[in-house]
Amino acid sequence: MGTSFTVAVYVVAAVLFILSLGGLSNQESAKRAVWYGIVGMALAVVATLAGPGAGLWGLSLILIAAGGVIGWYVAKRVQMTEMPQLVAAMHSLVGLAAVFVGFNAHLEIGRVTAAYMAAGIPFPLPEHANADVVAAAKPVIGQFQGFAAVVAKKTAAEIAVLRLELFLGILIGAVTFTGSVVAFGKLAGKITSAAKKLPGGHALNAAAALVSLLCIVWYFQSGGLLPLLVMTLAALFVGYHLIMGIGGADMPVVVSMLNSYSGWAAAAIGFSLGNDLLIVVGALVGSSGAILSYIMCRAMNRSFISVILGGFGGTGGPAAEVSGEMVPIDPDGAAALLEEADSIIIVPGYGMAVAQAQNAVAELTRKLRAKGKEVRFAIHPVAGRLPGHMNVLLAEARVPYDIVLEMDEINDDFPNTDVVIVIGANDIVNPAAQEDPNSPIAGMPVLEVWKAKNVIVLKRGQGTGYSGIENPLFYKENTRMLYGDARESIDALLSRID
Amino acid sequence: MKIGTPKEVARGEARVAMTPESARALQKLGYECLIESGAGEAAGFSDAEYEEAGVEVVKTAAGLWKAADIVAKVRPPTETEAKRLTKDKILISFFYPAANEELLKLCAEKKSTVIAMDMVPRISRAQKMDALSSMANIAGYRAVIEASANFGRFLNGQVTAAGKVPPAKVLVVGAGVAGLAAIGAAVSLGAQVYAFDVRPEVAEQIKSMGAEFVFLEFDENQDSAATGGYAAPQSEEFRQKQLEKFRELAPEMDIVITTALIPNRPAPKLWTEDMVKAMKRGSVIVDLAAERGGNCDLTVPDERIVTENGVIIIGYTDFPSRMAPLASTMYANNIRHMVSDLTPNKDGVAVVNMEDDVIRSATVTHGGEITWPPPPLKVQAIASPAKAPKPKELTPEEKRAQELAEFRAATRRQVSLLTLGGLAMLLVGAYAPASFMAHFIVFVLAVFVGFQVIWNVAHSLHTPLMAVTNAISSIIIVGALMQMGSGSWLVVVLAAASVFMAAINIFGGFLVTRRMLAMFQKS
Repeated sequence: MGTSFTVAVYVVAAVLFILSLGGLSNQESAKRAVWYGIVGMALAVVATLAGPGAGLWGLSLILIAAGGVIGWYVAKRVQMTEMPQLVAAMHSLVGLAAVFVGFNAHLEIGRVTAAYMAAGIPFPLPEHANADVVAAAKPVIGQFQGFAAVVAKKTAAEIAVLRLELFLGILIGAVTFTGSVVAFGKLAGKITSAAKKLPGGHALNAAAALVSLLCIVWYFQSGGLLPLLVMTLAALFVGYHLIMGIGGADMPVVVSMLNSYSGWAAAAIGFSLGNDLLIVVGALVGSSGAILSYIMCRAMNRSFISVILGGFGGTGGPAAEVSGEMVPIDPDGAAALLEEADSIIIVPGYGMAVAQAQNAVAELTRKLRAKGKEVRFAIHPVAGRLPGHMNVLLAEARVPYDIVLEMDEINDDFPNTDVVIVIGANDIVNPAAQEDPNSPIAGMPVLEVWKAKNVIVLKRGQGTGYSGIENPLFYKENTRMLYGDARESIDALLSRID
Repeated sequence: MKIGTPKEVARGEARVAMTPESARALQKLGYECLIESGAGEAAGFSDAEYEEAGVEVVKTAAGLWKAADIVAKVRPPTETEAKRLTKDKILISFFYPAANEELLKLCAEKKSTVIAMDMVPRISRAQKMDALSSMANIAGYRAVIEASANFGRFLNGQVTAAGKVPPAKVLVVGAGVAGLAAIGAAVSLGAQVYAFDVRPEVAEQIKSMGAEFVFLEFDENQDSAATGGYAAPQSEEFRQKQLEKFRELAPEMDIVITTALIPNRPAPKLWTEDMVKAMKRGSVIVDLAAERGGNCDLTVPDERIVTENGVIIIGYTDFPSRMAPLASTMYANNIRHMVSDLTPNKDGVAVVNMEDDVIRSATVTHGGEITWPPPPLKVQAIASPAKAPKPKELTPEEKRAQELAEFRAATRRQVSLLTLGGLAMLLVGAYAPASFMAHFIVFVLAVFVGFQVIWNVAHSLHTPLMAVTNAISSIIIVGALMQMGSGSWLVVVLAAASVFMAAINIFGGFLVTRRMLAMFQKS
């Protein structure tokens, strides 16, 4: 079948992909939207197999099936609390695939050049080559199929652009690959989540970036494989080192940034292959990740640059001393508070995911709601390690999504709330963000839980938590600390509320 | 030590400072209790009940004053009573030191310790002994009951077969403890309640009781945290505004309950003669400030009067006493808590600890000295709210100008971005080959569509969004498939690896998205 057919199917697939992303604007249409994505992908694969250039059908199908089985197995087995690491792992695959495809493009240029050489014709053909040369090139082009044939027809300028494109594709793909692997390690707890840098810090990253820049000049001069390999190594290093330097609390930004990169890598590869579908989808994914990163950064009141460069920057002066003491409460006392309350807001944080407490929390919610109390959830945009992480966990535990509210929707309701239960959250409920201009998180929008009549904080111990920032909330007069593992604490509450 | 309570000598006073119940609690603290015969009669407690509770009944007042080490009573002592005080005796009662300086001097001369229940500070720790609040609570409730008894209609609105009755409109001036209690009682009787206070921060409390806050537009709002939760005197200008508002409300109101008091000052005049004249026949005014001169010009303390235009003005000063059993119980409990604080060791020995904020504030004479007025509290009565500078209200013109400026700035920003972008495009177009430009257009448009679409994604669906974008970014499989047909084995191997990895991603990504989305359920 011809190219036109493939392109036509690509158009349909592209539209389906856009609809699939657009459908995520609410929970109900989202369920339909996934199907658009699946159908779009199926169409794209079939059209490509049917289109020009594809070969080894059997092998392709076997590989797809094999990959599919693994993907299916992983998707079935994964715990919802492990979503962040799964997403990171998947990004690494896209990154690596982009690197491979980029290298392939380079190899094809090499093969075409060799064939032209053998025929005694210079490659690429000059812009105004005479008719004889063009005629002589015909049989050479005829040797190739698919992508190589496209390459063989290219002019000098087009080859230059192609090299630039594949260079960028490999660069971004390589950064995405190691970055995602490190992010996976951190999220899965296989690597320490603290921000770590090799001696030299950002100078090393800058050096690696400079090496890449030199490589691109070198690559254009020589057209050889070596500069590509050097650049790939440099990019792999940048990906590793950049993400190693970012602390666990900033992971939502990192994951969405890598998501964005994987999209841009696909788009760059699309350019080098001259495939519009790849470009469209890459651009969609790239902009989606970019917007997510932006939303996450804004939720932490930090600039994208400061997150990427790691650590908390730009604070002056010592943080205000926190006075007072943390007042503990036992499950009996906490249960009594809940019994008396009419309106309750639950603020979950990463601690809930760590303790796998979402089911217990949902059970508590059901019990309290059955007693006629108003129970709602307040979700901060950066709660957890992935954008929307808490929503997914609560959905898994079958908490109805219409009582799960965003920060902006619920922040004004805290003063009228009897009890707020904070489960394993820290910075997102830290009043220092508003009260102490010297705090590292000053200006970050936070959930104003301290305005409620009572706050019960479920916390493992008295430490300062992930970011190491002191939290004055714990010392407030209306705050009670319920120490212990979040799930055990909630279970203890459950047994005391009937 | 012995705690004794004499019969109240003030005319019409029915309360008593000790009940059988409080006596039992005092005995647990190690005290012996005495009571003058007949002291509880008016409040409904017989001598027999006291005896049953282990209280020794003393025949005469003189005997009681002599025997007791601590005398607990309700009203400030008369001169005769004060003269009975001796060194080491402690008197606990209402005292109003500002109004009773002579008496204060007399008590100091006698070297006795006087603890004034009306001087207990308004801090949370001292709430249990805040007798002013507990009495004000009763007064507020009773004020509504008296008003209702004198008012010729229901308080609630009713539609009956015999006709329609509109609900009574009640205005409560001053939303202190008494005011809030009055609001609560009036609302639960079904009246339409309006309330006014000079402290804007009580608006929330007023609304929470179910009344409507009468809002007065005025800049100079006072911060009552600085005055220990009480109202402070206002500027003349503010007063005029306030009166103007009342004048406007007067003809509509059926019942007016005034509770405005300023510590250590005569009651402010808020309900003037012309307002009374403007009211409807049969309307009722209850002036809870009558004892201190009254908020209404026409109030006669301790009297119920009817004006020429038929408005009833009630100036009783003994509202708590009119509910003597309850008032006695509450007051006796306040006393008991005070004594409990005075007895840190629970051994029946009172210790006047002048380091203790509450005791220090309440003690007006001690060891022959007048210890009034007390020094300022170490803890603020009410945490003073951080003074957030109010965002300046903009006039409509300013607002419009600002919007216009913002619009212009946004336009400028957008235009300059577009110009820059356009120039960049031109630059690319000048050098790049045509085939590239065709793809480039697609790219730019796709980015644009992406930005438009993604902003609409719900926050709660960000994780599914990541999973699905992850799945569709495996579209790179298309690129790998195109290379599978290559003649070079190396290319084929790399392409095959890419196809494999992308396939994992496609299936994993879509399946996990579906799993997640299936979990989102409506309640």
